[in-house]
Parts: sequence; C-alpha cells; structure tokens
Amino acid sequence: MQVPETFTFERAGSVEEAIALLERHGDEARLIAGGHSLLPMMKLRLAAPETLIDITGVPGLDQIRVEGDHLVIGALVRHVDLLESALLAEHYRIFGDAERVIADPLVRNRGTIGGSLCQADPAEDLSAVCAALRAEVVIHSSAGPRTVPVREFHDGPYMTAVGDAEMLTEIRIPIRPGAGSAYEKVERRAGDWAVAAAGVFVQLDGDRITDVGIGMSAVGAPHFTCTEAEDALRGRPPTPDVLAEAAQHCHDHCNPTADQRGPEDYKRHLARELTMRALTRAVAHARGEVA
Amino acid sequence: MQVTMTVNGDEVSRDVEPRTLLVHFVRDELGLTGTHWACDTSNCGACTLWVDGEAVKSCTTLAVMCEGKTVRTVEDLARDGQLDPVQQGFMEEHGLQCGFCTPGMMMAAKWLLDKNPDPDEATIREAISGNLCRCTGYENIVRAVRWAAEHPATAGETNEVPA
Repeated sequence: MQVPETFTFERAGSVEEAIALLERHGDEARLIAGGHSLLPMMKLRLAAPETLIDITGVPGLDQIRVEGDHLVIGALVRHVDLLESALLAEHYRIFGDAERVIADPLVRNRGTIGGSLCQADPAEDLSAVCAALRAEVVIHSSAGPRTVPVREFHDGPYMTAVGDAEMLTEIRIPIRPGAGSAYEKVERRAGDWAVAAAGVFVQLDGDRITDVGIGMSAVGAPHFTCTEAEDALRGRPPTPDVLAEAAQHCHDHCNPTADQRGPEDYKRHLARELTMRALTRAVAHARGEVA
Repeated sequence: MQVTMTVNGDEVSRDVEPRTLLVHFVRDELGLTGTHWACDTSNCGACTLWVDGEAVKSCTTLAVMCEGKTVRTVEDLARDGQLDPVQQGFMEEHGLQCGFCTPGMMMAAKWLLDKNPDPDEATIREAISGNLCRCTGYENIVRAVRWAAEHPATAGETNEVPA
C-alpha cells in the first residue's frame, strides 16, 4: 500500500495567499493542484513535503484567453481543457496533437499545465510544446510577477526557475497568424511517457519559412529544443531536403540516454523521424492543406 | 482534518489525515468497496469514480481536496432497482471475466456516454484507455459500452437488478 508521508494541509484562495503560505511554511512546502505528478512521487516517498498548499481554489487561473497578441493559459488549466479548447485548436494544433497522447482521459481530467511544467520531467510533452512555441511563463512572488522564457525555465530534470515561495501562474504564447503546428510522439503503449517526441510550429511567407520553433521531449535536448535545426530552416523553402537537413540536426544535437524505453541510437532515430513528420504536417497546415 | 463532501447523494463528513487518498476514504471510511484499489500508481483505473461529474483516479486524489465536492461511485449506477444501461451492457455482452476492473470500466464508460451518447469503437477505446483489464477482455468491454449506447434508459423501460 502506497501512502504519502504525513503532511499538513492548507488551502489558498488567491495567489497572494498561496505565496504567503509558502513563505510561512518554508522550503518544505509544495503547491498542489491536479496532483498527478506530485502525489505519485509522494506515494513512492520520492517527495515528502511537510506542507501541501491546495491552489485549486485560486480563481482566474483556469482560463485560456487572448490578451493582445498573446494566448494566455492559466496554470490551473487542465489537460482536458487544453485538448478541447477551440481557441487553442484555432491557433496551435500542436496542443491538441500533444494532449491526445498525454496519459489517459482520467489523468487528463485532473492534471494541469502548470503542474506539468513545474514537475519538469525530461519526458514531459507540454514542456516540448511550450519550448517549440517559445512561450513565456509568469512566476509570482511577494515581490510581484516576473516573466521567464520557457527556454530558460528548466534548469535540468525536475528543476525549474520557480524558487522558494514562488508560484507559476500563467503561460503566455505569441499568436502567429497563419502558423502551422504539429506534435509527434512515439510511446510504448497508450498513455505512456514518450520514448521520444517532437513538436514544431512553422510560419511561411509564400515559399519561404519566416519563423519556426522546434521542441523535443525525452531525448535530452537542451531546454527541450534544437536551435541548430531552427537556424537551418529560417529563411529557406520548406522542401523535403531542407526539412530533412533540420531533422538531422535534431538527431545530432540531442542527448538521449538508453533506458527501458530504448537504446540511444533508436531515440536519435526517432528525434529525426518525428521532427521530419511534425515539420511536414506543420508546413501542410500552414499552407492550408489538410494536415 | 474534517472533510465534508456529497457521496452518491448523501452528505458525509469525516475526520481524516490529510494524506488519506480518496479511494481509501470511500472504501474504508464509507464502506463503499465497489471502488477497487489496485495498482496505486494511477495506471490501472480500477479506482475510477467521479468527482464533480468527471471520471478520475481516486488513488491519486486526496480526500481533503474533495471538500464540498460531489462524488459518485459505482454503487450509485443502479437507481430505483434498475441497472444503468452500462451495467446491463456488461451483462449482455459478457463485459467482465474476473470483474476486478469492472467498476472502474463502468464509471469511465458512463462518463463517456453522458458526454457522447453514440461513440464509435475508437472513441470507446480511447475513453477506457486509462483502465486496464487484466483478463484482457477488451473486445467484450467495448461491445458492452456499445450495447449501452444502443439501449439508453428510457422511462418505463426496466433493466431490473437481478436478485
């Protein structure tokens, strides 16, 4: 029987209250929302926070909205809402692509985007999605909010820029009119973590790539991305040869480790193949073809 | 810590440790052992029940986080002596062998049918993808859910609870 270590339980009704509780309870306190990353860690006693602060009652953080030229996703938005959001589907199909293969419907009913990013699992999908889209995250402390590019958010496996007595509140994504996007993942069985995954967005001007973002998960890519591949695409036509050249960069510039999900060379192969597939679909999408 | 919630229509209140998981709350505190407890790792879905109308895995939910919420377990599927069509479907199509995954399967299936009364096979398979059947009886489970979709409960129609 797996039961967490004992802890005290608090409820926060606002961001300010959550931060005040974090300050009061010190660095052994943790925020909890969906709980689908933290509770399994606690049940395995890999995590044993002394205090849990329930933030599910914090109003306003469960919305997806347009703010100027950005999409703003609240930290408490659940996977199911990302999957079913018409707004996200309109701007970035990459979210629906990824969410369809994240865990299972029951887990998606509970887990949140903020929790997924803060867990910072190296095989987590939304980290790659946000890295591809060059999202920014808003982190609150008692000093106020600060904004961190998602590509500077992860300090390594399970480590993020969120410090003690800080709380991630929003994810902000630039709206890119006409952009195509896609996510491709290989998993061993339905709902599993990725063996490897790649997500991209592409913006075209006629037959030239004007902007592109590439995200990769589970292959040890620095900051879940591959800037070499992006540089190889920007300003060039999206021909199969050009896309393949970029995909090769993803193969070369990741750093997968062999584990029960597969050997290193297989994961590199997937990094290349999945990037190629995602780019191909995103280009077709940007061109208005069925993708 | 005192926690109060509505379970199967009844308000219940108990003093529990904050670390108490919802699956243990309904089984051990309330005696509702229809909700099964198995893998303990949010993989198998045997512990599936509803919180505020959404199917969730109760082994990965703290009871204290359900304060003020509405919980529905498998014991509440049959009402007024009538089986829910999902239960009837599992009988008609032999949707269970050992029966261990069945409560979770039915709660996931019922959740699907409430949102989508006429799901195709792929949609059913996706909806129960968080529920594992260790007998591997998925074919009949999918048929059972389709049976339920094709036989929605209507006023006057009885799916009587077998004696």
